[in-house]
Amino acid sequence: MAQLTRREISQQDYERVQSSTEFRELRKRFRAFAFPMTVVFLVWYLLYVLMSAYATDFMSNKVIGNINVGLIFGLLQFVSTFLITALYVRHSNKNTDPIADELRAQLEGDATSGRLEKGAKNA
Amino acid sequence: MPETPGEPVLNIAIFAAFVVLTLFITFRASRNNASAADYYAAGRSFTGTQNGTAIAGDYLSAASFLGIAGAIAVNGYDGFLYSIGFLVAWLVALLLVAELLRNTGRFTMADVLSFRMRQGPVRMAAATSTLVVSIFYLLAQMAGAGGLVSLLLGVSGAFAEGLVVFVVGALMIAYVLIGGMRGTTWVQIVKATLLIIGAVVMTVLVLAEFNFNPSSLLGSAAEAGSELEPGAQYGLTGTSKLDFVSLALALVFGTAGLPHVLMRFYTVPTSKDARKSVVWAIWLIGGFYLLSLVLGYGAGALVGPETILASPGGVNSAAPLLAYELGGTILLGVISAVAFATILAVVAGLTITASASFAHDIYATVHKKGARTETSERDEVRVARITAVVIGAISIVLGILVLRAGINIAFLVALAFAIAASANLPTILYTLFWKRFTTQGAVWSIYGGLIICVGLIIFSPVVSGAPVNAATGVSPSLFKTVDFHWFPLNNPGLVSIPAAFLLGYLGSILSKEKPNEAKYAELEVRSLTGAGAEAATQH
Repeated sequence: MAQLTRREISQQDYERVQSSTEFRELRKRFRAFAFPMTVVFLVWYLLYVLMSAYATDFMSNKVIGNINVGLIFGLLQFVSTFLITALYVRHSNKNTDPIADELRAQLEGDATSGRLEKGAKNA
Repeated sequence: MPETPGEPVLNIAIFAAFVVLTLFITFRASRNNASAADYYAAGRSFTGTQNGTAIAGDYLSAASFLGIAGAIAVNGYDGFLYSIGFLVAWLVALLLVAELLRNTGRFTMADVLSFRMRQGPVRMAAATSTLVVSIFYLLAQMAGAGGLVSLLLGVSGAFAEGLVVFVVGALMIAYVLIGGMRGTTWVQIVKATLLIIGAVVMTVLVLAEFNFNPSSLLGSAAEAGSELEPGAQYGLTGTSKLDFVSLALALVFGTAGLPHVLMRFYTVPTSKDARKSVVWAIWLIGGFYLLSLVLGYGAGALVGPETILASPGGVNSAAPLLAYELGGTILLGVISAVAFATILAVVAGLTITASASFAHDIYATVHKKGARTETSERDEVRVARITAVVIGAISIVLGILVLRAGINIAFLVALAFAIAASANLPTILYTLFWKRFTTQGAVWSIYGGLIICVGLIIFSPVVSGAPVNAATGVSPSLFKTVDFHWFPLNNPGLVSIPAAFLLGYLGSILSKEKPNEAKYAELEVRSLTGAGAEAATQH
């Protein structure tokens, strides 16, 4: 069995980090991508669903051979899903992971050594 | 075409080979199953790629393989919605849930939902909805197994079908008891690989029949009766159009609330691996659904909707019939064994989730005596194993009961998605992102969503009172002789999902209890940074 070598991080540590500027920046960057993007893909998906249900004539227009607008619209949902996935990975790697890693190291480092530096590291 | 295509003996032999292989893997994987982290979360030792493949294995259930191909073959374009909804739904899991959940929970969905609340009531509520969703999902898989076998072996007697469900149930209990999460994950990985290879081979064969011209495939499918235009199934009346929208909502909001999918995020060491898992799963699942579009229209063109509906397995037998058409008895045997493997792997995943939730959230909370120790964890795992047997027994009995109703299994699974979207997702999102969410809000939202959703299903045409289907000559309702329905839609998502969000909001703002700000600080910091997250176990 593994032994947990890490000490528990205290409640004060969490509250201190939550009010730090680094954490606020991390939260802002996370939400600035995740929330609007969720709205975008949900609207795009619902547009597809509603048009499939209520604009059947338009969706049935043939574009190339037997391939109609509805089918292309459906395939574009696949494309947009793959695209948003790739964009999210890029955003996380570039914008949120570095801050998250630093805060995590700071918290777990604090907890193991028992130091509490009142968030004044870079001040 | 004969009533029962293929060679039953060959089919059984291929299927038996898969069972022997996976049981062997499960035995090999079972050596390190002592602690709770091992049994429930495979020691958090899988890589992102492995777990992503296992997620695809969990997700590409019989509903995805048999159900979607059947829905496209019979209903054409309207069947396509299932694959799009099932795929787009993963963005909710990727952007909002997977990593944050991995960082804050230990074994079950309830770990996260009860994190900043009063443990008892929220754990109980979350465990209840976990059990209900898992059992609904299990029923769909069992019905799929029965349909598949009645097609392959030409048996349609109640005894023979019951025997098949019994065998599936017994095997799934064996995987879970012997292998725990580690064994179950390996079964998923093997199965996902086989399933994707099978689908690629069939897709190439279908396209070859049409000189690799998708347009002529679609043309032949349309001639045979698989609609290319939207509206074949859902476009007839105003009510059926609303039903289509309702189904679409349940699909897109359901995935990120499925307990057996959420539990998979705990099998990797860090939240970055959880992200990698979802990304890999999205590519595999999306790719598979593109193939299933070809398979569905291919079955429509080469087998024909009428032949499919008239066969012993009904709409769910489109893919096996297509395999027979393309590659004769051998390909039929292989594809059927793959489909069977799919069912076995998914039921094993569901069983471990449901039993973990019972042991970890209900039993351990009721028997809470001081801190968690290694002894109490061992005791909990023992309870989980017993629960797995009980859940296996329940699903065998219920599976035999629903087996002969002839409902499309993609549709049955969609009901499980509706329950997950109503009872689980609102509370997950509020817990992670809304500071003022309270215990009362969580309890109202989970039980409210669950009761409204299941209640509306009971009084919907799914259970009673649906008009007789012209193609099959019977009513698709579960009870065919009585009619007590008053809710017009088959899928309740349109009503129950907003209702559950509203209940969570009202429960919170009307509660006297102040939200626990200190715990919210901990949740927020942990979920976004990964500090204090459960690490992998070392052996």
